[in-house]
Amino acid sequence: MLVLFWTDILLFSLVVLVVGFAIYASRKEHLRAPWREVSRSGVAMSALVVLSLYLVIGLLDSVHFRPQLADREDADDVRYSTEVLSAFDWLFADLRKRSEKTYSAPFAIHLYNKEVVESELGERRQVYPRLKFGGAHLPNAQKKTIDIALTSVVAGLKALALWALIVLAIARLWAYRESVGTRQGLQKILLGHTVVSWRAILFSLFFVLLITWVAIDLSQKYHVLGTDKVGEDVFYQALKSIRTGLVIGTLTTLVMLPFAILFGIMAGYFGGWVDDFIQYFYTTLNSIPSVLLIAAAILMLQVYLDNHATEFSSVSERADLRLLFLCLILGVTSWTGLCRYLRGESLKLREIDFIQSATALGVGHFSIIVRHILPNVMHIVLITVVLDFSGLVLAEAVLSYVQIGVDPTTNSWGNMINSARLEMARDPIVWWSLAAAFIFMFTLVLAANLFSDAVRDAFDPRLRTRS
Amino acid sequence: MTAYIIRRIFYAIPILIGVNLITFVLFFVVNTPDDIARSQLGDRRITTEAIENWKHIHGYHKPVVYNGTEKGARKITETIFYEKSLRLFAFDFGRSDSGRDIGHDISQRMWPSLAIAVPTLLVGILINITFALTIAFFRATYIDFWGVVLCVILLSISSLFYIIGGQFLLSKLLHLVPISGYDTGLNAVKFLILPVIIGVIGGIGAGTRWYRTIFLEEIEKDYVRMARAKGLPETQVLFGHVLRNAMIPILTGIVVLLPLLFLGSLITESFFAIPGLGSYTIEGIQRQDFAIVRAMVFLGSVLYIIGLLLTDISYTLADPRVSLK
Repeated sequence: MLVLFWTDILLFSLVVLVVGFAIYASRKEHLRAPWREVSRSGVAMSALVVLSLYLVIGLLDSVHFRPQLADREDADDVRYSTEVLSAFDWLFADLRKRSEKTYSAPFAIHLYNKEVVESELGERRQVYPRLKFGGAHLPNAQKKTIDIALTSVVAGLKALALWALIVLAIARLWAYRESVGTRQGLQKILLGHTVVSWRAILFSLFFVLLITWVAIDLSQKYHVLGTDKVGEDVFYQALKSIRTGLVIGTLTTLVMLPFAILFGIMAGYFGGWVDDFIQYFYTTLNSIPSVLLIAAAILMLQVYLDNHATEFSSVSERADLRLLFLCLILGVTSWTGLCRYLRGESLKLREIDFIQSATALGVGHFSIIVRHILPNVMHIVLITVVLDFSGLVLAEAVLSYVQIGVDPTTNSWGNMINSARLEMARDPIVWWSLAAAFIFMFTLVLAANLFSDAVRDAFDPRLRTRS
Repeated sequence: MTAYIIRRIFYAIPILIGVNLITFVLFFVVNTPDDIARSQLGDRRITTEAIENWKHIHGYHKPVVYNGTEKGARKITETIFYEKSLRLFAFDFGRSDSGRDIGHDISQRMWPSLAIAVPTLLVGILINITFALTIAFFRATYIDFWGVVLCVILLSISSLFYIIGGQFLLSKLLHLVPISGYDTGLNAVKFLILPVIIGVIGGIGAGTRWYRTIFLEEIEKDYVRMARAKGLPETQVLFGHVLRNAMIPILTGIVVLLPLLFLGSLITESFFAIPGLGSYTIEGIQRQDFAIVRAMVFLGSVLYIIGLLLTDISYTLADPRVSLK
């Protein structure tokens, strides 16, 4: 049975919105030109490939359902489990189910802690017991290195084969469009003589494919990033956290956009008391330090949730509401910056001739705003949205650490770091949860930063004229 | 100038009233005191006496905005709104839910916060400007490109990792400084070194990149070309002309932060167990002590508004072309 969470609905409507805008933009030359500029940048395109991988995982993780309970065939009514799973959980069911007893290091085949075991002769000894799943197929520990190497090489070769196919297909398509031979197309792409930076796309695609494939194949046999305190696979947790990061990074800006655009343009365009009122409104909101406002709001939400615990059908539904609310309150604290930019820009635009003449011709305020001002400030909106993304992903971690972030049951990098803090104080230390959160978060934020820089450079007219 | 400042202070009053109303609505209208009591006491099957008792102890038993049972002005003053919200204007923060005097706590705890925040800010500015000037000197070369890439990499790392990594490397592995804690007087220095270093390193990425943009914007202006045309060496152009003019946006950007330094950094202070206002806020949040959070929200807004005012004043001081009317 399909389950729709609020964040799922919003996330998919965002995807529809982006696709719709892409189709619209591809038909207008003035909108296509800056994007072409972005596609020329190799760094931006490589970042885009990495971001797409995150996006695919995040979207897979956003299709939620409640699995049918299979063991009651005689019953007339179909029963569903109370546990909510996602398409991603279903695809990686092995990863989710194969939990050990407690900590185990990456690629380990033994537990990280000693346990007392009684041998057949009645002797009690302290040993590191074998893991239930990690490397369970191996007869002994010596074969481990060879097995890992072999699995990686095979997976790498598979990735290479798939990559070669993709390269050929793209070269063929490109050559067809440019009406040259496939061989020449291949040559041009690999030498980087194309407008769109295909070379960067394909090479980063190779690394992405290689890493994904090797990681997936190895994770079938081992816990690639170890297991946590309750024995859950850390690799799985890190992958599940991607959705949380993406939701916070995108939905926050989505919920704040309508207000920022409406108020910003109205303040700049109408001026007078409208301007005064809107300025007062956002200065007031802005003057509360954002962490404190978020803390106050989340504390109050917690009180509400405590008192209305019975209204939610599942823990995940409650966690989802908290996630959505976090996006809302982060949005409230972050829309003022965009609002101020838009106000300034509309203030300037209002005095420019084409809008003056529109007013003189008797065009209504609404039409002027929608047809003349809005298209001319959209680049600011786009730049802000893209630039804000990475900051929000980072903010999630900090907020979760202060315990005013996502629900403790939600998988998120912030929660992983939070629990890793105690693990770092252990002796011997448990470093892999922290390392996993670091790698996944760093990759996403770095890719987002590089991509957003390219978008800003392409869309900001001030920078465009300079270069 | 004086007239301007006085007018600005009057402008600040409606904003503070707004902040006050927002916090009031957030803390007492969205959830009633009953809800808060129930959630604090934790048990679902809780008696009304227990709730009333809790509200009495913490002073939430009065009506929210209007007290019909009292006479005259006491109809207004004997309410939660008057006692908990309006009194903030007189900087009377009242008592926290655990019974301590918040005003006293704040005046005690702002000094450790300042002891970290001020050196971090000063050293950070110095280092960031040095790096940014170096990058600007080598602009449009590989040093510039890789410098910017390094900045982007540095600012893609969460501040949490800087702290955890720094604590692990400098304290746990190398045993150079204590891992966390605080002491009074000069003994505090050894506890302050690590947080300051980490704070500076964590800010290099964003800071250097931001200053680089300012410098590059300045470098393209006509007076710089003029300076080069009359034969000044590049170093003199950078230090004598570019740096001096770029200091205007840099300084005004910093001035707005100055008052907020009192509030300290939430994350740093809680990681290093420093008894400043940041860790005070975190403790308030984690113990769900609404009185503390409310006081800090109000204090934060006041400091932010002071920062805005100082920014405007510093504009006139730094740039004689700007005059305040």
